[in-house]
This record gives sequence, structure tokens and C-alpha cells, in this order.
Amino acid sequence: MTTITQAPRARFGQLLLAEWTKLRSVRSTIWSLIAFVVVSVGLTSLITWLIAENWNQANAADRAATVADPVATILGTGLYFGQLVICVLGVLAISAEYSTGTIRASLLAVPRRLPMLAAKGVVLALLVLVVGELVALGSFFAGAALLDEHAPVALSDPGVARAVTGAGLYLAVLGLFSMAVGALLRHTAGAVAAIMGIVFVLPIIANFLPGSWGQHVYNYLPSVSGAMLAQARQAADQVLSPWQGFGVCCAWTALLLTAAFILLKKRDA
Amino acid sequence: MIEVTDLSKRYGDKLAVDHLSFRVEPGRVTGFLGPNGAGKSTTMRLVLGLDHPATGTATIGGRRYADLAEPLSMVGALLEAKAMHPGRSAQQHLWYLAQTQGLPRSRVDAVLALVGLTGVAHKRTGGYSLGMSQRVGVAAAMLGDPRVLLLDEPVNGLDPEGIQWVRNLMKQLAAEGRTVFVSSHLMSEMAVTADHLVVIGAGKLIADCSTQEFIERNSERSVLVRSPDAARLASLLTGDGGTVRPVAVNGDQPSPLRVTGLDAPRIGELAARAGLVLHELTPQLASLEEAFLERTSGSVEYQAPEPVTAAPEGASR
Repeated sequence: MTTITQAPRARFGQLLLAEWTKLRSVRSTIWSLIAFVVVSVGLTSLITWLIAENWNQANAADRAATVADPVATILGTGLYFGQLVICVLGVLAISAEYSTGTIRASLLAVPRRLPMLAAKGVVLALLVLVVGELVALGSFFAGAALLDEHAPVALSDPGVARAVTGAGLYLAVLGLFSMAVGALLRHTAGAVAAIMGIVFVLPIIANFLPGSWGQHVYNYLPSVSGAMLAQARQAADQVLSPWQGFGVCCAWTALLLTAAFILLKKRDA
Repeated sequence: MIEVTDLSKRYGDKLAVDHLSFRVEPGRVTGFLGPNGAGKSTTMRLVLGLDHPATGTATIGGRRYADLAEPLSMVGALLEAKAMHPGRSAQQHLWYLAQTQGLPRSRVDAVLALVGLTGVAHKRTGGYSLGMSQRVGVAAAMLGDPRVLLLDEPVNGLDPEGIQWVRNLMKQLAAEGRTVFVSSHLMSEMAVTADHLVVIGAGKLIADCSTQEFIERNSERSVLVRSPDAARLASLLTGDGGTVRPVAVNGDQPSPLRVTGLDAPRIGELAARAGLVLHELTPQLASLEEAFLERTSGSVEYQAPEPVTAAPEGASR
């Protein structure tokens, strides 16, 4: 048998191309992204329109919060629901490989394993980032137009452009967080349930926790902290600045990805 | 060349692969034989680095699979047929695999043509029959034009034409000097395909020899005799140095006897001299199937209760 020469490490580029082929060749990706755009922009328009319509019936505190940071209100409406689709997309990117058995073909092609998941993460994050930025921008303009009468806001206002781009960044990290959960649980339904619990249920429970520590727990949750980057400024009841919050979310994601990498290497495929 | 040394794999408290050692040489088809649950697939997964062994090593061309730089150009593997996303077309499935290795798109077209799927390459594999999926798996295995092939039950789900095609492909690949390692639980299949056999049962090595040798070494020639006076006949034959085993039957007709150690003419003479009526006197040719059952009968994982049938046991094919 001839000696096998070690290939140059430029191979990661090949893996990125392969993961891009995988991601775009399944319908669930296309449908997820269409659903994401429709849900996000549609619900942003609907909810901000309702806020504007009911402006005089709303309580003073809510109105004050909206006026203080209109972009946070706008990006907290439709994208709050749209992020659910990103969670599913992130989970499916890896869990579908397990449910269909594709994972074995993938690992036979990349027996060192970790480069495969790393390439998948890069491709997923880039795709979600690009689409997320466009949707965040579209949502912002739709919401700003509808709220203009009561809480005017422009992209050039301090912190607003960062908040809009921050929404896309947060979604990209959330996609990675979901992929890590999918890689850990290796089961679509289980991973989607887990991520729903983390993103939607935990904040509700944490909200009931009393006192300052309850406030800290709430603020340090992955989805709560990450979404802070989609605000122009730190709110009065928050213990983290937007960038600090995003940092916390990234730390959670890094932690889960590390666990996912270790288990991918250790477990039987 | 594939080399397996002291390989073990434990699932819970069960040893699925039990300190297995063997070599698979290039230039011939090596059959990997064993009853269902014997550990064939697990062994293949261990060789391919998908599962981690409890003990031992498996190398291909002297390296662990995980250390191969461009694995698909060195080793082609077919595991379960449906291991692909049903929403992807065969072309897309093969193309992403090719991309991981930096292989050109022409390789995808070449293997699609090889397996005869060019016409349906753009259809989603979810709509493929088992046989078509199996062909996609063979195409994926051949993608990198590998020197070593591991095929797990490749004829599963194929029609007779497809089976013939896989047999010829394996023989051709071996004739080109490649290493071909193919698992099956069907003896008859291996008898016509494999030059060499690695036989396992309950995770342990039972035989590692040429197919011819396996049949010769493991088969005893026997004669099936049926007589209304079976008890007397049995004692008569035993007295003359034969070994007699009754064969289980259904119904009230005379129970046939399987006789070893005496040939058919001798049995006929003995019966005639004693004035015993014979209803049947059939020399049994040992088949690989019988040899296999013989050697693995103690190790079958999921064994059905003793078959009760009127047909002669293990009739040769």
C-alpha cells in the first residue's frame, strides 16, 4: 500500500462547501427561512400597529419604556417569535443527520469529526447572520414607520444601528446555541423541546424569582442576555449592558458547543 | 489490507465483539459471515472508527481510520442503505461527500453512471426503493475510487439482477487488486461470491480460511433414511458403526433419520439383509449453509425454537 501523504489543512474550506451543500439541499432550510421572514416581519408589523392603535389605553410605564428605547420595543415583538424558527433550524442542522443516518456518511468522510461540526456551525451562523440582519432591518423599518407618531426613532439615533445589527448577531449565536443542543441530544423532538424550554419557559419562571438575585438569574439567561444587544441602551431593570448581555449569551453558547464537541468525539456515532 | 487485532466492543453487559483478530488481504473477496446479531456490523463500525472499541485496534493499510487524511479515497464503505437524508437527491448526497474530499463533480457523475442511477440522480432519495438506496450507498463507497471496500450486506433489498451486479462488481474490484470485505448472514450468497471467509458467532472468531476449506472442514456427508421401522433400522445402523439422529417432523408419517458414517449403498444393503422397508434413501450433499449452521449453532443470538418440518433438514441447493 502506498504511503498516504497528509493533506494540507486547507481542507476546512472544502468542509464549508460541503456543509453549505447539505444545508441548502434540504427543504426544511428553505421553509424555515421563509417562515422566519414572514413571522418576524409580519408579527412586528402587527404588534407595533396594535401598540400604536392602543397607545392611549396603555399604561404609563409601558409607554415611557417604548419612548425611551423604541428600537428595543420594535425588535422585541416579531423577532421574539421569529427566533423560535432559528432555534428549530439550528437543531435540525445536526439532529436531522442523526435521525436520517446521514451522520455516519458525514463522519466517514470526516473521521476526525470536530471539523465537520465546526464547519456546520460556521455555515449555519453565517446564513442566519445574513438573513437575520436583513429581517432585523426590515422589521425595524416596518415597526418604526408604524410607531412614528408616538415614539419616533431613526437608524441614525444613538445605539439604534447597533441594536438592529445586534439582533442579527444574537440570532446567529442562538442558531449555534440550538445546534449545540441538537448535537448533545441527537434527537430532533427532544432538542426542540429543550430549546423551547430554555428560550421561552425559563425566562417566565425566572421572572417570578424575588429580589435582586432573581433579577440576576433572569438577566443571565441565554436568550434574555443575548437579546439585550437588540436594545439601544441598558434598561433600568437590567443588570447587564447590551454588550455584556451578548457576552453572557456567547459564553453559554461556547460552553454548550464545547460539551457538544467533546461528546461528538467520545460517543459512538 | 485490513487488520483487526484483539478487537472488543461492549454494549452494557453484553460483549458484542469478543477479542476478535483477523486480517483481510487485498486481491480477493473476503466474506464476513455470521448469524444476525453476531457482531458483523459492529465490527465494521469499529474498523471505520464510528464506534470506539473497548479493547484492541483496527487498522486499514496500517493506519486507524480516524487518522486517514482523505478517507474516502482510501476506504469505501456501505453501511445501512437508508443512511441518507430523504429530502436530498442522490446527486446532492454524493456531491457533499465529494466536496469534503475535494473530489471533482465528474466523480459524482461517474459513480452515478456506475450504479445506473444517472436517470434518477436529481430525484429525492426518500422516494427510492431499498434497492435504489443500496445503489446510492455503493456509489458513495466508490466515490473516491478506494483501494479498500467494506460492504455491510450489500445485496439486501436488491432484485436478482441487482444481486448479480453487486457480485460481479465485488469480483471485479478484487481482481483489480483491491481489498473487498463483505458481510452477509447468507451462506449461499458467500459461497458464490467470497474467496475467503471470516466467520464469527456471538462476537467470537469461528473460522478464518478459504471458502472451499470451510465447506470441506465443516461438513460431514450424511444420508437421509425414512423407514416405517425406524427404531430397528436405527439400532441396525448404529451396530454397523453409523451415527443416527432423528430429524424432527410434523405429522404421523415415519420420522426420517439422518445417518453419518455409512454411505447410501451400505445402508440399503443392511436394510435389505434385515428385511426392512425403506421409503427414502437420499445422500445429502453438504452445503455451505449447513456448514455455517453447524459452526454457528451454539452462538446464534436470536434462536427460534427447534424447527418442526417435514422437509429434509438442510436440503442442499
